Amino acid sequence: MWVLKLMSKELLNTKDFERIISRIAHEIIEKNKGTDNLCLVGIQRGGVHIAERISAKIKSIENVSLAVGSLDISLYRDDIGMKKSQPTVRRTDISFDITDQKVILVDDVLFTGRSIRAAMDALMDFGRPAQIQLAVLVDRGHRELPIRADYAGKNIPTSLHENIEVQFREDGLEDKVLLIENAG
Amino acid sequence: MQKDLVSISEISKDDIELILDTASSFRDVLRRDIKKVPTLRGKTVVNLFFEPSTRTRTSFELAEKRLSTDVFNFSVPTSSVVKGESLLDTVRTIQSYGADYIVIRHSASGVPHFIAQNSAASVINAGDGINEHPTQALLDAFTIREQKKEIKGLEIALVGDIVHSRVARSNILCLLKLGANLRLIGPPTLIPNTLPKGIKVFYDMDEGLNGVDVIMMLRIQMERMGKGFFPSTREYFKLWGINQERLAIACKDAIVMHPGPMNRGIEISSEVADCPQSVILEQVTNGIAVRMAVLYLLGGSKNAE
Repeated sequence: MWVLKLMSKELLNTKDFERIISRIAHEIIEKNKGTDNLCLVGIQRGGVHIAERISAKIKSIENVSLAVGSLDISLYRDDIGMKKSQPTVRRTDISFDITDQKVILVDDVLFTGRSIRAAMDALMDFGRPAQIQLAVLVDRGHRELPIRADYAGKNIPTSLHENIEVQFREDGLEDKVLLIENAG
Repeated sequence: MQKDLVSISEISKDDIELILDTASSFRDVLRRDIKKVPTLRGKTVVNLFFEPSTRTRTSFELAEKRLSTDVFNFSVPTSSVVKGESLLDTVRTIQSYGADYIVIRHSASGVPHFIAQNSAASVINAGDGINEHPTQALLDAFTIREQKKEIKGLEIALVGDIVHSRVARSNILCLLKLGANLRLIGPPTLIPNTLPKGIKVFYDMDEGLNGVDVIMMLRIQMERMGKGFFPSTREYFKLWGINQERLAIACKDAIVMHPGPMNRGIEISSEVADCPQSVILEQVTNGIAVRMAVLYLLGGSKNAE
């Protein structure tokens, strides 16, 4: 395991993490000229934590509580049956109507764009949002679909041999983003 | 997960728990306005029923459609089996249609195993003879877990025709793996002679129901019985049927289950079937969710070579 540790590099620390959340919260309010008809939907699992934090930040700025939902995209993936075992299906909990709302879709890492495609398809089954906007903590490039983020915390050019790992205090770790180089 | 689900005896406790956890997500899907997900689109499922079945087949068919598979039904009275085709030839034919899943019910025990060995498709046992009915046991476990949070340590009674019941057999295997304490209640003629360790047997219903958390009634299977297992259905109801007075012997918050179809007045009274403690209709809805979970989880194993 020590080899793996040597090859990981810290990209964002706890402080950076907090500043990014704060900036994204401000940008969301600015771009939407307030918080009317806004709601947040986080993609399981990391996106849910980030969505909760953005919501808390917006609450402290504007004193408005936005609805936060969680979305699991396993059932909408395009690689079902291509892997050895099926991805674990986690909870989807969108207990509010998204029709005619501006939905801010939140994920931790934007990579190929395939998860976002799946998430948008899943959202459409819940209603017809007025708009979907995308907020991500890290954009690591390598898009395979024509998708871009409206709010990106940090652009980090990566190679395909590398992995991005996001850690959350909700999971008992320090808020942190690590770049991990795969030995292969 | 393996390629097939042919019996509870061949799957691990971890697999059972994975199926139940996955089923709760599908239970949520069934509560939405749009109850369909695109997960298995492009896959083909054949429902191969050699025995009459309405509810199990309907439940599977709905689960398959909710996952966006293409479904076709192959039932015996209309198929070439009556013209003398062998089982293996039937399976090969179905294989050539490009089926990814075969859901099979047969009156002979062991047929699903045979098909699983002779087919690349994922085989799901929808009941084979008096052997097993794994998805029924899984949906029952799911229903109990939903009502009681945890199965471990619960007192669960299975009442009635145990010996002819594949539902009972799968349930016993499944609930033991999940750590429940089991009791069997019924006439000596309908209780098997050999049982796994730790199961208590009661021939007296009132005694057996004392302190149980879950009562699973079984259907009296007229079609699987010769005569002579019990004198009359009236006497059966008197001795081993569940009514309100008997339900009062069990724990206050005990739930009553039945795999259906019910024989009202033979194994269960109408008042009990329709009372708030009855979860019989929940079992039906949960059956779709559990079968969706099984289809989903087996789908990953096919290209694993």
